[in-house]
Amino acid sequence: MQQYSLVTTEYQTVSYVSGPLIFVDRPKDVSYGETAWITLPDGEVRTGQILDVSAEMAVVQVYEGTSGIDNYSTKVRFTGQSPHIDVSLGMLGRILNGVGKPRDGGPDIIPEAQLDIAGMPINPYSRDKPAEFIQTGISAIDALNTLVRGQKLPIFSGAGLPANQLAAQIARQAKVLGEGEKFAVVFVAMGITYKEASFFMKEFEESGALERVVFFLNLADDPTIERIATPRCALTVAEYLAYTHDLHVLVILTDMTNYCDALREISTAREEIPGRRGYPGYMYTDLSTIYERAGRIKGKKGSITQIPILTMPDDDITHPVPDLTGYITEGQIVLSRDQFRRGVIPPIDSLPCLSRLMNLGIGPGKTREDHRNVADQLYASYAYGRDLRRLVAIVGEEALTELDRKYLHFANLFEKEFIGQGNENRNIEETFTMAWDLFSMLPVDELKRIKLEYIEKYHPQLQKQE
Amino acid sequence: MIQGFIARISGPVVIARSMRGSKMYDVVKVGEAELNGEIIRLEGDESVIQVYEDTTGLKIGEKVENTGLPLSVELGPGLLSSIYDGVQRPLPGLAEKSGDFISKGIYVPGLERKKRWTFTATVKEGDNVSGGDTIGTVLEYQLQHRILVPPDKQGTVKEIFEGDFTVDEPVCILEDGTKLTLMHQWPVRKGRPFKKKLDPSLPLLTGQRIFDTLFPLVKGGTAMIPGGFGTGKTVSEQTLAKWADTQVVVYIGCGERGNEMTDVLTEFPELTDPRTGLPLIERTIMIANTSNMPVAAREASIYTGVTIAEYYRDMGYDVSLMADSTSRWGEALREVSGRLEEMPGEEGYPAYLATRLSAFYERSGRIMCEGKEERQGSVTIIGAVSPPGGDFSEPITQSTLRIAGTFWALDTNLAYRRHFPSVNWIKSYSLYLDSVNEWYNANISGEWREIRDQTMFLLQKEVELQEIVQLVGPDALPDSEKAILEITRMIREDFLQQSAYSDTDSFCPLDKQLAMLKVILTYYDQMLSSMNRGVSLRDLLLIPVKSEISRMKEQTDIKKINLIVDTITEQVDGLEVQACSSIV
Repeated sequence: MQQYSLVTTEYQTVSYVSGPLIFVDRPKDVSYGETAWITLPDGEVRTGQILDVSAEMAVVQVYEGTSGIDNYSTKVRFTGQSPHIDVSLGMLGRILNGVGKPRDGGPDIIPEAQLDIAGMPINPYSRDKPAEFIQTGISAIDALNTLVRGQKLPIFSGAGLPANQLAAQIARQAKVLGEGEKFAVVFVAMGITYKEASFFMKEFEESGALERVVFFLNLADDPTIERIATPRCALTVAEYLAYTHDLHVLVILTDMTNYCDALREISTAREEIPGRRGYPGYMYTDLSTIYERAGRIKGKKGSITQIPILTMPDDDITHPVPDLTGYITEGQIVLSRDQFRRGVIPPIDSLPCLSRLMNLGIGPGKTREDHRNVADQLYASYAYGRDLRRLVAIVGEEALTELDRKYLHFANLFEKEFIGQGNENRNIEETFTMAWDLFSMLPVDELKRIKLEYIEKYHPQLQKQE
Repeated sequence: MIQGFIARISGPVVIARSMRGSKMYDVVKVGEAELNGEIIRLEGDESVIQVYEDTTGLKIGEKVENTGLPLSVELGPGLLSSIYDGVQRPLPGLAEKSGDFISKGIYVPGLERKKRWTFTATVKEGDNVSGGDTIGTVLEYQLQHRILVPPDKQGTVKEIFEGDFTVDEPVCILEDGTKLTLMHQWPVRKGRPFKKKLDPSLPLLTGQRIFDTLFPLVKGGTAMIPGGFGTGKTVSEQTLAKWADTQVVVYIGCGERGNEMTDVLTEFPELTDPRTGLPLIERTIMIANTSNMPVAAREASIYTGVTIAEYYRDMGYDVSLMADSTSRWGEALREVSGRLEEMPGEEGYPAYLATRLSAFYERSGRIMCEGKEERQGSVTIIGAVSPPGGDFSEPITQSTLRIAGTFWALDTNLAYRRHFPSVNWIKSYSLYLDSVNEWYNANISGEWREIRDQTMFLLQKEVELQEIVQLVGPDALPDSEKAILEITRMIREDFLQQSAYSDTDSFCPLDKQLAMLKVILTYYDQMLSSMNRGVSLRDLLLIPVKSEISRMKEQTDIKKINLIVDTITEQVDGLEVQACSSIV
């Protein structure tokens, strides 16, 4: 529902078209960041946004791409308003395109409000501390890298690794213990294939959650530049659902690598000085305006939890996309090809994984008192066991001491049983029982990370003696 | 007043025309919304302005007003326990005015105008005062907040008042009519003056074993903490903010996560300073310009922070400043520089990056304060660096390395195996070892340096031995070298690892640190000497006191730790007797 004023100026002064950008000469009375409507010679109308403006020229990025635009008869009209999206509770259960227009053949969205897609930064003072433990039913996450409501926890994947399955499993199983609160899922697809999108749709359908999901689909063959707007539109809807309708919203963003590539495309077309690997220098800031929209606000019931998925090109975690993401998000879940080949499903490589908000969501009253100690001990013992594998490759298993052989066995079993749980939905108690069973393989003296009182209380062998 | 109009807008950079007469770094009000900005380049009658707020919605042709003043902060009582954005707007005030989200064009003064402070005068009428002299004091929480004559003012006191005042009411009037209030303003980009710089010689104690014992920092020094993501930079910075033994702490969250600042905000009021027993929040000033807040304000945030730090330094206090992270500041510089279409240096950063960084770090130091009174104060800067991909060869890490006195290198591999703090003891260094020697000798123990050097020697040796083990397996080593591997493992696990979240261990007093290390080294010495006397390494490694050693961290009684030394000697002697009797 765009409102038109009585007097509008149409410019026919497109002077230069490059990649996704058009340059409009001598614009008058236009503002930075405002939306433009571009009418092509064949009558098609596209949307764009001003990226740079001076008295001589306005640079407009066209969301639907520039094919078909000419520099003679194309008309550009400026709307005087930055990009907005219509939002409503009725979006739940709908499938929308990358800028929030229905693509499921259903009726138009009847707006309850119209909001700026760029959003505004949350005042750090108004943020509420994330503190509620989300049980995902996945041991590698629950025990070692706990997800907390209001967190942004990305999945770092590689080409061909089952990140989507993991995300779907989380969306299916995630719950806050002892609560049956209202929730919603906002699913944001950026440049993924139809097959991947339909996998998610089927997943949600099977779990009966479809009417609680808003789909934003920008598929691989949709305009690239639209991807810049897609996550912002989706998060605006998520914020509306969370802070106006008190829903707990889980936002799944896939695939952030495609988003960054779109960003790079615009930057290149603007002839900006590139940073690492051609990505623009401001990519960190740009990504943060997406990721930082997760969180909780004091006095508001709803929350936004984000699970962005990204593909590490060539499995390289130092590539700018995973690197900058890791610097902004509150931890990461890393998938490993090595584990995948060995049949560990989900193939989570627990060593580089991290959840920065873990300590806020665990402990007595939330999970269990020994949680922190158990997680530390699992990490320390597994890391040592993994180191030994390298040694074994050189000197053979026979050269190891008896204790080291135990560690080696511990590491193997940890991967196979604890991490490789397949599709099982384990509650947190089951996860702890499994961890303690693993610890019982090692001498009690080796459990240095665990307080003595917890060892006495939870160690299976000590309990049998009683 | 100079008034021009907007000619171009590109992200946070705005170009204004007909601005002739403007000076560099003048603060300007941009557009009808009156967004705050700062002039960063002059070209003819054009001014290039970086705007501290989101520029969306600004129009070509809107007015730009030059205030003629440089970007300044308000200094006075009420700073402690405050939380500000990058240009000193208090966040609670912003929340009150614009709700949970930060909107544009709001002005809230840095200091609360309504609160009244009890002022006690220390000068009388007729006294001559000049910049840096104390005219009176105000109690800010438990800190004696000295009201100083601003550095650029002097004269004879004509009138002086006592009682309750707000920050902008005059408390003292000079002969020439100058009114002095509890607060004054100071431009952030200009360091505050002092009499002279001193050589730093007092250690800045942090309660962290790897820092205090192995790589000490001094009051007035500089330190850098570089590390890839997930290595614990923020946790380290926050731990330092909690336990550093300075009277005032300035914590700058520069382009980092919003939830982290919330963490500080909720956690600090609950924690108490182990030395004074006062809530930590009462000595802390926070500056939070999270990553999604405007980039130009991020650039300003570290200057805002360091100016506030210098203000408390001038009162004669020790101040520590944590900047997390300076890389985000550098990126803000790069972004603005890119918009200015400047010729880039390395990796797109502007060529003046190193100059700006050194200028910032050089605002640290131990100084003799201005004023008649003999006062010493210090500002210590601890900057976190976030190198892309954890690669230390990038420009910000390299430029900082040339300036920082202490280098605490965080290591991804240590973090992966949950060895925290993940400070790599081989790569890290401290240039202040000799400076603090005297203090350690006088106050803790004359043995410190010797013990420290022996520890470092063993850790270095371990690296060499590990290489051999990787090639031929541990069995190929002689017992004396196997003993080193055992001892260094003990040093790593039982001494260097320190949990920031443990109640008993997150703060470790210096004498306990030394006692712990002595226990471990005694064990090593005993092992060596009794192996010479025929006791097998296997037996030595099985002595029961080992479990006591591994639980030392949780032990709060230092006497009990010292007793472990005797227990070790006893048990090792026992082994020797056994060994002898079996020979007989």
